[in-house]
Amino acid sequence: MKRLPPRVSASLGQLGSILVTLFGLLILTFVIGRMMPVDPVRAMVGEEATKEVYETVYRQLGLDRPMWEQFFIYLWDVLRLDFGTSIRTGQPVLQDILHVLPATIELATFAIIFGAGIGVPLGVLAAVNKDKLADHIIRVFSLMGHSMPIFWTGMIGLLMFYAGLGWVGGSGRMSQFYIGLVPERTNFLLIDSALAGEWEVFRSAINHIVLPASLLGYSSSAYITRMTRSFMLDQLNQEYITTARVKGLSRRRTVWGHAFGNIRVQLVTIVALAYGALLEGAVLIETVFAWPGFGQYLTSNLLIGDMNAVMTCVLIVGLIFVGLNLLSDLLYRVFDPRTR
Amino acid sequence: MDQSQSLSSQTGRTRPQWMQASLNIVTYLARKPTSAFGLVVLALLILVALTAPILAPHSPYAQDLQNTLQPPSMGHLFGTDELGRDIFSRLVYGARITLTIIFLVTIVVGPIGLFVGTVAGYFGGRVDMILMRITDIFLSFPSLILSLAFVAALGPSLNNAIIAISLTAWPPIARLARAETMTFRSADYIAAARLQGASPARIIWRSIVPMCLPSVLIRLTLNMATVILTAAGLGFLGLGAQPPMPEWGAMIATGRRYMIDSWWLVTFPGLAILCVSLAFNLLGDGLRDALDPKQMNRR
Repeated sequence: MKRLPPRVSASLGQLGSILVTLFGLLILTFVIGRMMPVDPVRAMVGEEATKEVYETVYRQLGLDRPMWEQFFIYLWDVLRLDFGTSIRTGQPVLQDILHVLPATIELATFAIIFGAGIGVPLGVLAAVNKDKLADHIIRVFSLMGHSMPIFWTGMIGLLMFYAGLGWVGGSGRMSQFYIGLVPERTNFLLIDSALAGEWEVFRSAINHIVLPASLLGYSSSAYITRMTRSFMLDQLNQEYITTARVKGLSRRRTVWGHAFGNIRVQLVTIVALAYGALLEGAVLIETVFAWPGFGQYLTSNLLIGDMNAVMTCVLIVGLIFVGLNLLSDLLYRVFDPRTR
Repeated sequence: MDQSQSLSSQTGRTRPQWMQASLNIVTYLARKPTSAFGLVVLALLILVALTAPILAPHSPYAQDLQNTLQPPSMGHLFGTDELGRDIFSRLVYGARITLTIIFLVTIVVGPIGLFVGTVAGYFGGRVDMILMRITDIFLSFPSLILSLAFVAALGPSLNNAIIAISLTAWPPIARLARAETMTFRSADYIAAARLQGASPARIIWRSIVPMCLPSVLIRLTLNMATVILTAAGLGFLGLGAQPPMPEWGAMIATGRRYMIDSWWLVTFPGLAILCVSLAFNLLGDGLRDALDPKQMNRR
């Protein structure tokens, strides 16, 4: 038997483990879906439905079949990208989610730009000033961001910057006044309003996204700061740094040109992982800011027990996570010459 | 180290050694201002929870409909809520709920993580592969989302929130216990136990679990801030502790409606959550430094 080259077999192994993880995800969401206390049939037909109607829907949903058979039906549906219809909106769940996802992506993207924007420089600064005052201050500042209950910070932020100072817009993606003014094309409000040339809407949207995105970004910056600091420390302890300094290179050039240049690849992978973790904060912050995104869709369906929608949301979060993990792995391989 | 060894040789027992070790760690933590803050806040939390009936001037459930939404004053230190309940008293009793969550999650997650990790690490091979796959699947969700899904499935209540959090918090512990076990697995004393005819269960329980325990406990401390935030988040979304329970997250959720005019309703419970989770984070940060061998050598 011919042996596969190591790179190919490694990739195949990875593919296999991803498939197993995905299968596990499906089992998990299936089990959670079946455990739900809400009777899906009742939720669909209502309280007053006759027994015959109930029975018909019960059979239509396949609930009379054995568990394993139901699982394979579920599996087949998922493979065909059929996630069922949402009981609340009456539309296919996938369509609903694709409709709300851009709002969350917009929020998360701004947040990660902000989070990396403060996290990376602070991490470098902390590493350069290790065990000095700046390091301690940065440590407390970033741990603070990690310790805040984000739903609470959101409210305090609204109280201070919206109700008190009037610097930013309130809840929602734009002022009530502008809703419906911009045709929905991509559902990324900033892109849509720019495309339509509605600059006032664009400004309103920026005004509304600043606060939730910066709070979300601040909470994710803790992780970015800590990792940047430890990556930088690893580099700064190496001999080439001493050599560069001995050769007369300025401190700034050594830190930013040499040490920082070497941690860029690691940073990209960290930021990709932090992006996934933002989804968690998004669930809470969207509730506070009435942000019509994925998180709000998930929680509002949770509270009424819309099984299809919740299961699909959880599945999609899992998929995004697996995808981001894979992406950060790939980025590492592509950019780091040592892994070739 | 020298000190602890001489101590144990004097008394002729092994017990004081770990006591001395943990004492060393506490001294190290107390010396740094950041982790000292963590220690103080946690000590306060325990104290407040224990003495809640003495400390709280009012009952956490006593309504006073004539004094609703009162701003902070001498009579009501942190003001009153929409039903005239004293917010300070509710916060004090809320400390008990927070401690309960911490305690229950710890005693559920610790054993599950240890069991999965040690079994996977000790047996290796196929057992290891299957158990670690399961762990990976749980790890591929952000913990809040998975807890949300579990609570939705189990029904909203404080107990179910604790179960859901525990279900999502064990994988990192299992990973750690597995890694530790794999370093001990081929040690001579394990081989000796095996040659004496000890069963795998006995070896794991008597020889491996005690070795993994310290690092598992530290990891649990590190995770506690996340646990507290997740619990508060679930309470906020109405999926954790249910009103009128004085759980801090749930208090914020009910206070949200009156937030614009009565800032004290959400501010104080939020500060309480922030303090406790910051305390755990600072403590965990300090612990990591205290037990990092690289740092140890430098001192």
